[in-house]
Amino acid sequence: MRGGSLKSHKFRSDREADWQQLESLLSRLETRSMGALSDAQLIALPALYRASLSSLSVARATSLDQDVIIYLESLTTRAYFAIYGNQTRMGTRISRFFRIGWPKAVQDITRETMASALVFFLGAFLAFVMVRTNMDWYFSFMPEGLMQTRTPASTVAELRDTLYHDGDESGLTRFASFLFSHNSRVAIFAFALGFAFAIPSVALMLYNGCMIGAFVALFVDKGLGFEVGGWLIIHGATELFAIILAGAAGIKIGWAVAFPGERSRMDSAARAGSQAAAVLGGVIIMLFLAGILEGFGRQLISNDYARYAIGLTTLGLWLAYFYLPRDHNEWHEYGADHGADHGADHGEDNLS
Amino acid sequence: MSRKAKKKRPVKPTLSFDKNVRTLVTPEGIDLRLRIATGGARVSAFIIDLIIMFAVLILLNIAISFASTDMDDGGAEVAEAIWLLFAFVLRNFYFMMFEMGPKAATPGKRLLKIRVANRAGGHLTANAIFARNALRELEFFLPLAFILSAIFFSARGVGGWLIFLGLIWSFIFLLFPLFNKDRLRAGDLIAGTWVVKSPKLRLSKDLSDAPEPTDGQARYEFTPSQIDAYGVKELHVLENVLRKDEPIMIAEVTERIMKKIEWPKPDKDLDKTENSHADKHEFLNAYYAALRGKLETKLLFGVRRKDKFDKR
Repeated sequence: MRGGSLKSHKFRSDREADWQQLESLLSRLETRSMGALSDAQLIALPALYRASLSSLSVARATSLDQDVIIYLESLTTRAYFAIYGNQTRMGTRISRFFRIGWPKAVQDITRETMASALVFFLGAFLAFVMVRTNMDWYFSFMPEGLMQTRTPASTVAELRDTLYHDGDESGLTRFASFLFSHNSRVAIFAFALGFAFAIPSVALMLYNGCMIGAFVALFVDKGLGFEVGGWLIIHGATELFAIILAGAAGIKIGWAVAFPGERSRMDSAARAGSQAAAVLGGVIIMLFLAGILEGFGRQLISNDYARYAIGLTTLGLWLAYFYLPRDHNEWHEYGADHGADHGADHGEDNLS
Repeated sequence: MSRKAKKKRPVKPTLSFDKNVRTLVTPEGIDLRLRIATGGARVSAFIIDLIIMFAVLILLNIAISFASTDMDDGGAEVAEAIWLLFAFVLRNFYFMMFEMGPKAATPGKRLLKIRVANRAGGHLTANAIFARNALRELEFFLPLAFILSAIFFSARGVGGWLIFLGLIWSFIFLLFPLFNKDRLRAGDLIAGTWVVKSPKLRLSKDLSDAPEPTDGQARYEFTPSQIDAYGVKELHVLENVLRKDEPIMIAEVTERIMKKIEWPKPDKDLDKTENSHADKHEFLNAYYAALRGKLETKLLFGVRRKDKFDKR
């Protein structure tokens, strides 16, 4: 029997050109972007994709040539990812994130944010009261690294000095080291540890609250309450807000794992995870800004009122940005896309 | 498709025996049969990425130290700060930026021909990529920092027990992918992603495309009973043998098939001549084409003869 007489052989030779055309389009698309294809090629792409899908199902049913089947599986998978995968340009993605994705994600976890803030301030309040009653508690709350010269043994002048002179490092250095500092790690861990039923996230919030409370208590004890407020709020309005949001994101995941409702635990965790991730992405940006404020702003501005003004203004801006209600179509559609169907309906996903 | 129906989707497609195959039904209704990336590929890809990141940082370090030799202290400090900033960006955004691209893979993953995909099908969102990489901090960098600090600061009273607990922590996360069938790490779990193979295959020559017989008469003709000796499984084995084209294997398989189908004893020339390998290859090719033709005809009538023991 000669090869040419096989039906599967004829099937293959009839369609091979189409497959190869699709392959070359895909290679172009994968190395560059949508722009690499001409209009005619863009129109041809879905048709070629469907043709290759149909070839695949015919081949599976009628051909015993493994090579063709495996090739078609790989080809259609590539085409599938190219067509249903990432299409939006990076610029569009980023602008959508700032316009809609981020504030919406923050609004979605308002409940968790309130819980997280409550725990945080509860910790701060407790530590404050405890340290005020007995200064020894200060040492239990503050890690050695952060204490430096700020101990109950320091004089008022020394403490005042720490508020207005951050040592002789340059602003940039402080900004950079801030990023690796305690608080930015805390934010990421508060998120990442969330899956353990949110317990570590809550504990982290409580502990960080305690640290702030103890810290403030020390300065209030020395009669520097107003001054330390300015020192804290200028970057703290952003930084502490960021940490509270990260804690809320962790709680969101933990809650979804603990109480998945009618979904499977895995599914529930995955949905909450990708929603909370948008919050965390924003948190990283907030920490960047807080770093700039701490590195430069606090150094340059030593007037207490100016510090309060800047701190409270940033707080107001954040609140307005996150919580002001928006009412336009894109806003609502975004929610439907990312909330309701986690990839279940490809068709609709693709429209976004 | 309703969610319930999706859950009951068979994990193993009926035709495949590969335990790494997962079902992904496209909107057009065709199962693409994705293959899960192996643990080995994942680890290798990650190590390659780490090496790249490390190399970039070292290069930057060298560049900065060259640049800062003629700087005053302030300049050196700025250089150090820039290095720190860069390290921060690299550590947090290296994986993200690459996985958000059209290939959804870091350089390491590209080398290993694997990519990230949404576990539920559908498109891979930036959020998912962010989530899976934020968890990396917990899975890898935290234990790393912990172990390093335990090693370097052990004099400062970090107890042996604490190190031990840290190691357990690290191992739970590091080995996590080995204990689930989809090779998910904690980040994949939270983000709803998985890592699948995305090989770029080339279509090779159709084996049934035998050269035209020169004298108008095919060199090998098989009787129906000779062709009936084997099933689909053997056909695929034969296909692999032919594609690999290793002389020893070809010789062995030829001998076996000839025995099985009671092919008249080969004239001695076939064994001795220089062309013996080519001849055997041609024989196998002819048999392959004949067998495939027969089995495919059966397939058209709805009979898939699984293997040689399948008497259909």
